[in-house]
Amino acid sequence: MTVELEFLNLIPHFAGLGPAELESVQKLIFEKTAGRGEMVLLEGEPSEHLYFVSSGVVKEFKTSAEGKEQILSIVRPGESFNDVAVLDGKPNAASARAMGQVTLCGIAKPDMAALLRQHPRIALNVVGVLAGRVRHFISLVEDLSFRRVTGRVARILLEHAGDGAGGGPRLTQQEMAAMAGTAREVVGRSLKALEEEGVIRLERHRLVILDQEALRDLMEASS
Amino acid sequence: MMNMELENPVIDPGKCDGCGLCVSVCHLDGLAVIEGIVVITGRAECDWCADCEMVCPNEAITCPFEIVILKH
Repeated sequence: MTVELEFLNLIPHFAGLGPAELESVQKLIFEKTAGRGEMVLLEGEPSEHLYFVSSGVVKEFKTSAEGKEQILSIVRPGESFNDVAVLDGKPNAASARAMGQVTLCGIAKPDMAALLRQHPRIALNVVGVLAGRVRHFISLVEDLSFRRVTGRVARILLEHAGDGAGGGPRLTQQEMAAMAGTAREVVGRSLKALEEEGVIRLERHRLVILDQEALRDLMEASS
Repeated sequence: MMNMELENPVIDPGKCDGCGLCVSVCHLDGLAVIEGIVVITGRAECDWCADCEMVCPNEAITCPFEIVILKH
């Protein structure tokens, strides 16, 4: 199935290309679908394709030796993943999984290399995409390495805890992230860590604090 | 005590652009876009995985937590 030119035109990598150039790109692109939960890429495997999400959402993540998952990015329609591995020729830097039914547009590594050689505009666009990606990861690295986010999440939980009667304030993970000055992905990881340590328990829409003392200790350690 | 059965993600119709990304990731098939706005179909009880909130580009669907302290 041929990928629509209108879709290619929306992808940052191919922004500003004329119709003839877009058609030459179109010939190299293939479509692929994946179902919910299906792995699209495995970290450490040889890199073969760069992908653009056409519909649905893909989650890019790393897994620790203990099996803990850190989300690196949520890839929505028009966005790409596996750029880094395809461009540096090394193995896939992260895994990617379909969060629902997804349609992807892929391009093989040698074809992408040929496009970069032939079209300076694409090369410049890709530099811009990679710069944005580096900026995103610098922010994530800062949060994960230098900031004691869990301590700040602990403070937020203690400050917003109600009596369970249902009338108290409610917080989304996005709101907790904004309060803690971090990314939602980092809050999700902090909540999971607190749950694994038995400090909190997630019960559908209720977040139950099991160990107030432990939360206070975390809060004080980070201040 | 709150009725846990009635709890559903919160939708802000003013922010929803009907892109349907939340519908595509709901593993309980509990959402649909009707007349350009996401709605809860109620076909299954939401388990608060918050994937819909995570993928929404407009913060139009949210899964807020009530934070409570366990009473001994």
